[in-house]
Amino acid sequence: MSLEEREARQPVLLLTPAITAVALLLVVPLGFILVYSFWLRTATGADQAGFFLDNWREALFDPFYRDILLNTLKIAAVTTIVCALTGYPAAYFIARSRGNKALLLLLLMLPFWISYIIRTMSWINILGASGAVNSGLMALGLISEPLPMLYNEATVVLGLVHFLLPFMVLNVFVSLDGIDATLEDAACSLGATRWRSFLEVTLPLSLPGLAAGGLLCFVLAAGTYITPIVLGGPSDAMFANLVFEAIITQLDWPMGSALSLMLLAVLGALVLLYNHFLGMAQLMKGLS
Amino acid sequence: MGWALIRGWTVLVYLFMFLPIAVVVLLSFNASQFGSFPMTGLSLRWFAELAGNEAILRAFRTSIVLGLLTAVISTTIGVLASLALVRYRVPGRNMISTLLIAPILVPEVVLAVALLLFLNALAVNKSFALLLAGHVIFTLPFVILVVQARLVGIRRDVEEAAMSLGASPVQTFFQITLPLLSPAVLAGMLFAFTISFDDITGTLFWKPGGVETVPTQIFAMLRNSISPEINALGTVMIVLTAGLPLLGIAIARRMAMKRGG
Repeated sequence: MSLEEREARQPVLLLTPAITAVALLLVVPLGFILVYSFWLRTATGADQAGFFLDNWREALFDPFYRDILLNTLKIAAVTTIVCALTGYPAAYFIARSRGNKALLLLLLMLPFWISYIIRTMSWINILGASGAVNSGLMALGLISEPLPMLYNEATVVLGLVHFLLPFMVLNVFVSLDGIDATLEDAACSLGATRWRSFLEVTLPLSLPGLAAGGLLCFVLAAGTYITPIVLGGPSDAMFANLVFEAIITQLDWPMGSALSLMLLAVLGALVLLYNHFLGMAQLMKGLS
Repeated sequence: MGWALIRGWTVLVYLFMFLPIAVVVLLSFNASQFGSFPMTGLSLRWFAELAGNEAILRAFRTSIVLGLLTAVISTTIGVLASLALVRYRVPGRNMISTLLIAPILVPEVVLAVALLLFLNALAVNKSFALLLAGHVIFTLPFVILVVQARLVGIRRDVEEAAMSLGASPVQTFFQITLPLLSPAVLAGMLFAFTISFDDITGTLFWKPGGVETVPTQIFAMLRNSISPEINALGTVMIVLTAGLPLLGIAIARRMAMKRGG
């Protein structure tokens, strides 16, 4: 074999295991559940193969599913907005600080290494009946009974913000860090106020990072089912909880397939829209 | 004035991120028999209970074996693919990159359902094998992203020099390429292990009945009753998944300083 031939074959050999894995463990399974979603679960518990529209009709038009889908998107949107408003100033501070930038960044990475379930359940220690806030208020004599603060929609959002904020801060930081700080000084020296130079120079230049962080927060929030179980009440189920119920509890796999694909379609459309306008490169920067 | 405000806000953001976690660690040393506030004193009793809890020890063993296997398989596949993407002009490079990243673009719940149902149709039931397949496919994109970022800095001419001096391709790989790659390989493995060790979203779909990983064990304990051991278990998890990488960074920095000085 000539050197050129070897050179041409090598990348193919190197890529084969990864492409095979993604094809066999993701692409083909997604195609499979698309077919599966048109099957029907019969009363006997067996799945009947065929082309039935029942699952899709139910998933798309039953108000029960529609309301939970809308509520899920609302929770994800609120979470994303809170993350952006909270995280942006912090990212700005890290990007512009001189002294301990490395330490601040290291601390920012730390939550990524701490288990999601622990970060979620940690709020029970803070807001629960015998948590820090209630026992503090009782020790001060301000209340005699613990206040019920947990297990509602607000605590679901709180848990999601706590989980997703580092993604937002990191993405905004990456794009702010790439902006020449002297641009703002230049705007100021030309007569703009600090605030105006931020609004007209820095903020627009950091929008790609904000968008990448926003997309991550939204997609991850909208796909969660653990947070509503741990921190939500009985009426705070999100769309992924319906998927989990259908697959694990009711064992209605055709319906579960249809619901999964619906979630994928909604969130996938967002990712495609993002990709169309901004490209994947910004997203990858923040992830690696 | 504005800057002081931003600084104050940033402090609050960091407090928000870390205070709840600090409380978990604090309460794990609580002597009170309910494991909650008010604290009555410091004690290691919850750690002792953990060490004697067979279910938790089993969950640890499962998580560690699963994490190690995931790290080895995912990093092997990921390093090979990254090598191809960074060092060769591959036709359709962008499409291939997107395909390999796809497992994190698809919501994890959907990935979990698709994999579970498909492998089930192939007569692979909920099992350790299914868990491993799921963890590998889910960690692969992260490994590829991290390893690619580290690979860019390794130049090819060093290998070409070795070859032109008479080293065989195999010799070159083991004596030149692999040592140069090892930081990227280690970073990939560490990343894959941590993600696998922490995963719960997919794991709850894939795990066979009766098998628990540490996160699903915590989840189960949360649902049954708030057991005081939970904070101690959380502390051990934090030390494992955050402490080890920090230690790794510290060692790497010390080594770099020695080499530099």
